[in-house]
Order: sequence, then structure tokens, then C-alpha cells
Amino acid sequence: MFRFAQHDKITPMEIIPLGDSALIVRVRERFEDAPEETLNEVLRAFQRIRNAAIPGVIELALAYTSVSVFFDPVTVAKATETPDKLFEWLATRIRAAVAGGADPSRTARSSPRSVEIPVCYDSEFAPDLDHVAEHAKISPIEVIDLHCTGEYRAACIGFVPGFPFLSGLARKLATPRRDVPRKEIPPGSVGIGGAQTGIYPLRSPGGWNLIGRTPLRLFDPDKNPPTLLRAGDRVRFRVITREEFESFKR
Amino acid sequence: MGFREFGVSSGGTLDSFGLRVTNLLVGNDEGAAGLEITLGGLQSRFENDRVVAWCGGEFDVQIASTPLPACHAAHVRAGERLKFGWPQIGCRAWLAVSGGIDVPSTLGSRSTDLRAQFGGFEGRTLRDGDQLPLGKFRQLQTAATERISTWTAPHDWTSPAKRDPMLRFIPGADWNRFNAPTLRRLTSEAFAVSPDSDRMGVRLDGSKLERMDNVDLISEAVAPGTIQVPPSGKPILLLGDCQTIGGYPKIGHVITVDFGVAAQLRAGDHARFSEVSLADAHRLLLEREREFQRFRVGISLQSS
Repeated sequence: MFRFAQHDKITPMEIIPLGDSALIVRVRERFEDAPEETLNEVLRAFQRIRNAAIPGVIELALAYTSVSVFFDPVTVAKATETPDKLFEWLATRIRAAVAGGADPSRTARSSPRSVEIPVCYDSEFAPDLDHVAEHAKISPIEVIDLHCTGEYRAACIGFVPGFPFLSGLARKLATPRRDVPRKEIPPGSVGIGGAQTGIYPLRSPGGWNLIGRTPLRLFDPDKNPPTLLRAGDRVRFRVITREEFESFKR
Repeated sequence: MGFREFGVSSGGTLDSFGLRVTNLLVGNDEGAAGLEITLGGLQSRFENDRVVAWCGGEFDVQIASTPLPACHAAHVRAGERLKFGWPQIGCRAWLAVSGGIDVPSTLGSRSTDLRAQFGGFEGRTLRDGDQLPLGKFRQLQTAATERISTWTAPHDWTSPAKRDPMLRFIPGADWNRFNAPTLRRLTSEAFAVSPDSDRMGVRLDGSKLERMDNVDLISEAVAPGTIQVPPSGKPILLLGDCQTIGGYPKIGHVITVDFGVAAQLRAGDHARFSEVSLADAHRLLLEREREFQRFRVGISLQSS
């Protein structure tokens, strides 16, 4: 198999095939050691690969430590003089793009956006609040307090359209996923899964502990971009009352 | 550009190549929207004259009461019915209609995302009584003279379904996390297709694939074709509607030219896997594309 390890003093980067029409650029090996720094580096790599506009590249996505690059091998083959070494050609272009010195333009991505998300933590929306409190050995009020004073970053958008995986959860609040996932979770549900918190954008099954709900719509296919949050965004939660929740909906 | 960075999968037919071929047969652009028919049972009536073609599993298809074999363009007259029976082999068929299915485009695509319930026709599977809008019909000159054209496409493009197929794969990023006996089992044993398979993935049952480590992996991208191995040791082959990221180890990836075969797997079938190199996967794909371009030229000569 193909495996390229570059021992650059800044980025020990690995580029690995993800089938014949995609590849993964592993920018860093670990995430939890330095989430903020890792995410910034991954975002920078994402932006640089995008700006390089490499022929045949269809779409990019990022998650925690890596950027994935989806491409059409037929178009790539037309652009290279060595179609039998498609992957190596792409990997070389990607390395050059990521290494590529100063960023050509100050784009919206270069400084992360800050997004505030109103959340109603009323018991009706928080079937697992008591469980999370018990697990943390604190009161439910303290759980809410810790959760909404935290500063988070979207480390990845995925699993289902618009689902933000938020890093930065207070260590105390980390709670294992439910043994038996729920068959149906209402859209807007705010949950804790392991050391992360997130929001279910769509009615879907899921195993996270639910502690609140936001009236905001996280995914709207008729908009471009279709999601409220993007990878890299800074996120804060703000407590709202049940009445405020209802008035948002109107 | 796609929307994968927002968690939206590429969608579309599970065998996009098959639909490209059938689209050409009916005079459409290769990217026109068609129908994916799972396990047959579709009956449709046309309001005006159209040219149709289909490909996929071994279905019994009839126009009025005339059998229509896979990948032959056929003329359907206004009021006539097109019927798909239960497939003998495979589970999916793709139907192209001249003019294409004219549903609105959402996020740059006419395909349906069943999980997120958007796109296509009201973001859902079709039901009895639905009326589908069709695009402008481009009259094919050959269609006027023949009910069913004799012209067709290569058999392995149009009828890829097999009960016990061999799927070619390249090793995945986590190949080395599995022990030697497991890797031997993957390439020597048959895996039974489980009934709880869908457009997201084919669940496979066979001897347990065992990892040597139990390190928690950081979630990263997965793609159609990825073979992931959850803790149960029973592999899942991801298909077109798969989620965008995953945290299970990736033991391998089925190559693109075999997606048409993978898309036909149904409960009771048995899949085997054989390893190829990434360079071979690309070579096979580029060869097929060259043949497809020759086929396109052939079609345009036929209908001019």
C-alpha cells in the first residue's frame, strides 16, 4: 500500500488513500493534546489545499486531525503526464499546497467565526440531565452552568448533515454514550457523547445524553452554505427560558 | 463542488456508471436524473411518448406486454405502462427516461437524501400515485423506426449482478491493525450479506475479523466503498448514502469499477474480496472510461 511520511520539522504529515477516488491528509497524529492548535493547523491545510485548485479535486472535508480530498481520477489523469502514478502526483501537489508559505488571501476562514447558540435546558428537553449530573457527581444546575459557560470549537461537521462535533467540553461533564441508542431524537437536541458535546440537526437515531434543545435550525438544504456551523467555528451556548424557546420558533 | 464539509454525502444512484450508460441510450446528458428501483414492483404510466432504458439486476421488465431487456432503448407511447417485476439476481435497477426526471435541484443535485429527507421528489421514496415531472423530450431518430433498439451496451456494464461476486479492493489505512489470519480470511472466505443492509451500507456476516490493538481511533473521513470493521468483527461495506465520517478501522476499500456489483448485493448473497493495487484500481477505471467514451461516439453516430 501507499504510505508517505514526511519528516518536515513543522508538519509530520501523512497522505493515505481512502479508496481510489479519495485520500486523507493526516496533518497531525493526535487531537486531544492540543485541540486548538491542531484544529487551526488542519483548517490552514484545508484552506491551502482548496486555494491550490488542484485539477480533478471535487470536494474537501475536515475532521479533527485530518483533511479528506475527494477527486475524480479521470480528470486527474488528464492533468498529469504520469496517469499510472495518479496518487503520487496528487500527493505531491497537496504537499506543496500545504507547505506553501504565506496564505495568498485573507479569507473568511483565517479567523474563526463566533456563533452563540440559545439552548433551553428545561427538563422536557433534557431527559438525560440527571444522569449526566449523577455521573459528574454534581447538581443538574451545575451541569447547565458548566455547559453554557464553556467555550467550544466545531472540530468536525458530519455523521449527518450539519451535526457539529464540539470540542472543549468541561472534563467533568464527559459522559459515556447510552448503551442503547434512542431510535428517534428531535432536531435541535443538545447532547453529550463521551468528551464531546453536539447538536442533532435532524430527526435521527442517536446515543448521546440529551441535556437541552436549541430552537435554531442547524441544517437547511435550501441555503448555501446549508449549515449553521462550520468546522473551526467558536461556539458558546446561552441559556434561554421555555418562553424564549417558543418565541424563537415563531 | 460537493457539500461533504457540511456532512452531506454525495448521494445519487449507487451505480452512477450504470445510469450514465442508460442516459446515453435514451439521448440524455449522462448526468440526467433517473430512478433507482429497489427489488422491483414499479408500475408507471407515461403521459406522452418517451424513450426509456434500464440497467441493473436481473429484472423482468415489460412495456405493455413486451419484454424489455437491460440496456436496450425502447419507445413507450402515451398511456402505456412500464412494469418492473421481482429480480432473480441482484436488487436494484436504474431507469433512464428521455428528458430526465425534472425535479428541482437541491444543493446542486437532483438526487434524494433519504436520511436527511431532502432533494429528489419531496425528499422521500416514491409512493403509489406520485406524478413525476419529466424534462423536455429530445426525439431520437432511431426510436421512431424501432420499438426496441438492437443497439446495446457491454453486458458487464449493464447487468453486473451476481449471487456470489468477487469484489476487488485496495487495503485501507488500518490494514496493519489486523492479524495475519484475519487478513487471510478476508481474502479467502465468503461473507454473507445480512438483511439489515441499505443504501448506507452492506452488513456482512462471516468469521470474525479481529484487530490486534484496541486503540480508540480518531474519527476521519469514510467514503463509498470503504470496508469498516466495528468491534463486532463483522465488516460493513459502505455504499453511496454512507455517513461522511467514521471512527471504525478501515480494513479496505472496494474499487470504483466494482461499485455496480456491490450495489446489487442482497440478503443471502455471498461476497468475496480480492486485493488489487491502487495503480490497478486507477488503470481499470481509466480503461472503462476510455471504452465509455468510444461507446458515446458510437451512440451519437447511431442516432445521427
